[in-house]
Amino acid sequence: MPSKNSSQSGGERAAWPLKFGAVGAILFLHVPLWLIFLYAFTTEESAYTFPPPGLTLKWIPQALANPAMQSALYLSIRVAFLATITALVLGTLAAAAVYRYDFFGKESVSFMLILPLALPGIVTGIAMRSAISLIHIPFSFWTIVIGHATFCVVVVYNNVLARFRRSSNSMIEASMDLGANSFQTFWHIVLPNIGTALLAGAILAFSLSFDEVIVTTFTAGNQQTLPIWIFSQMLKPRNRPITNVTAMLVVLITALPILFAQRIVAGSSDSEGGSK
Amino acid sequence: MSASVAIEFKNVSRIFSVKQEDQSGDVKAVENVSLQIRDGEFFSLLGPSGSGKTTSLRMIAGFDRPTSGQILLYGQDVSSLPPYERDVNTVFQDYALFPHMTVGENVAYGLMIKKVSKIECEKRVDDMMDLVQLTGFAGRKPSQLSGGQRQRVALARALINHPKVLLLDEPLGALDLKLRQQMQIELKFIQQRVGITFIFVTHDQEEALTMSDRIAVFNHGRIEQIGTPAEIYEHPITQFVAGFVGVSNLVSGEVAKRITGSDVKFSVRPEKIHLGMLGDKPEADTFIAEGKVRDVIYLGLYTRYLVELDGGGDLVVVEQNLKTTSMDVMQARGQLVRLFWKKEHISYMGD
Repeated sequence: MPSKNSSQSGGERAAWPLKFGAVGAILFLHVPLWLIFLYAFTTEESAYTFPPPGLTLKWIPQALANPAMQSALYLSIRVAFLATITALVLGTLAAAAVYRYDFFGKESVSFMLILPLALPGIVTGIAMRSAISLIHIPFSFWTIVIGHATFCVVVVYNNVLARFRRSSNSMIEASMDLGANSFQTFWHIVLPNIGTALLAGAILAFSLSFDEVIVTTFTAGNQQTLPIWIFSQMLKPRNRPITNVTAMLVVLITALPILFAQRIVAGSSDSEGGSK
Repeated sequence: MSASVAIEFKNVSRIFSVKQEDQSGDVKAVENVSLQIRDGEFFSLLGPSGSGKTTSLRMIAGFDRPTSGQILLYGQDVSSLPPYERDVNTVFQDYALFPHMTVGENVAYGLMIKKVSKIECEKRVDDMMDLVQLTGFAGRKPSQLSGGQRQRVALARALINHPKVLLLDEPLGALDLKLRQQMQIELKFIQQRVGITFIFVTHDQEEALTMSDRIAVFNHGRIEQIGTPAEIYEHPITQFVAGFVGVSNLVSGEVAKRITGSDVKFSVRPEKIHLGMLGDKPEADTFIAEGKVRDVIYLGLYTRYLVELDGGGDLVVVEQNLKTTSMDVMQARGQLVRLFWKKEHISYMGD
């Protein structure tokens, strides 16, 4: 750990082109976000003039009271919640199986689990749509959940597997040796040790599901999740600020938990690094 | 079946099937091992890595199961019982402490699982912490302890259930020499105090000799010899034991025939050989060999001589530096010497 802070003790300073590039990249990524925040408070209804002619808070209550937006938000939260729960159960089980047992096709299983994250959403979307129609499941709330779960499982799986690989295998043996059966061992030893990995995985999975557009487009019936509702609003010239307010809401709902998750993971890896 | 046998192996084998790209086959980790470990004994499984000693221990603990044969714990066949249904506990090589629990919670884990009442639990944890000399450490986290202290916690955690047998898997391997020697004495003391059968896995022959009542020497999944430290050291019955436990001179063929009159292979410990002058007269019942000192290594407490025998072969001789000084021994190089050792000090090799 002391080696991490070597930059303090007379380490090199970054060259100015590098700094310039870094600042440029951050601005390029973030200025559009700030613009959305800014235009959530403009007094104009449909046009974007810069600078905004005036600022107002009136769009916030209007956006929150919008029934279409409310139902979209509610749907998105329910989908993300269920997809996350599914991912937690399946991802943990898969990680445990891959970590603990040797079985035929283990590498392939591991690869196929990770694939949905690497695959373009459009491919997953088309594949899911054909598969779902093939077995005659009506497109509904549940098909959205299934679609989201495919890539949410990966996040949990990766997090939990990494944690398993860092923790000592003999801990499980020690617990059983001391009289605990499989369930007691899972409850008292495994769960507390992968707890932060589960939490971080769950938060990431929730955020992924919450703002997903492409797979949702293919797996939804006539339901509109929040991102899809926002996209449909972009085509309407009126009430732009309402959309911006909603977008701001999405940023807050997804960004804050991710920050939180990062801190959990960083904190736990520090304490584990200290013990070994 | 006498009641005083704690652990019995009956023709136990453990075969792992290995599937690799270039080859597939069976690895016999433990092959047809039979042994009896007595109640209250400090018993060591000694051998190089891959000799089957750890696999044997894991089969007693229940982490692994025999491919064939039986393991009896006080007469009961436990071969197929899971670890949590066997009255044995283990001290792991990497200690395997639970990092999210305090030291006290680690030690109390076995009692917590058994749902022992809080009052009794606290008392027994305190007793255990006293026994391993960690009084007052219960509130700390394992990450705040040194290696030696973690070792003691692991020991306390395994002993708190009063197991019938305690298994120790190279528990001292990660400690430095001073601490290891101190723990050896302490482990032996604790074992005598609690009166539990200890089964100790080690690759360190000195450690096994220091602590054990009896030792089983493992090699290639088989037991080469079982005996007390003195028996194993003084009378190794195979070439492997003679070479693995301590240092031995192995003599065979023509050289053996010249010394003993028969070409049966034998071993003799370097410290049993007496280094004398050419004219020295032998006592009764000794073997004699003559040669020239080719090399001398002065080691403070003793000196090691390499003697090239007349007509081929070498013998290593170790003499304590009772009267000699480093100056004297250096002059021994190149001298012609006569070596004597008592006939009872050689062991004939069976193989």
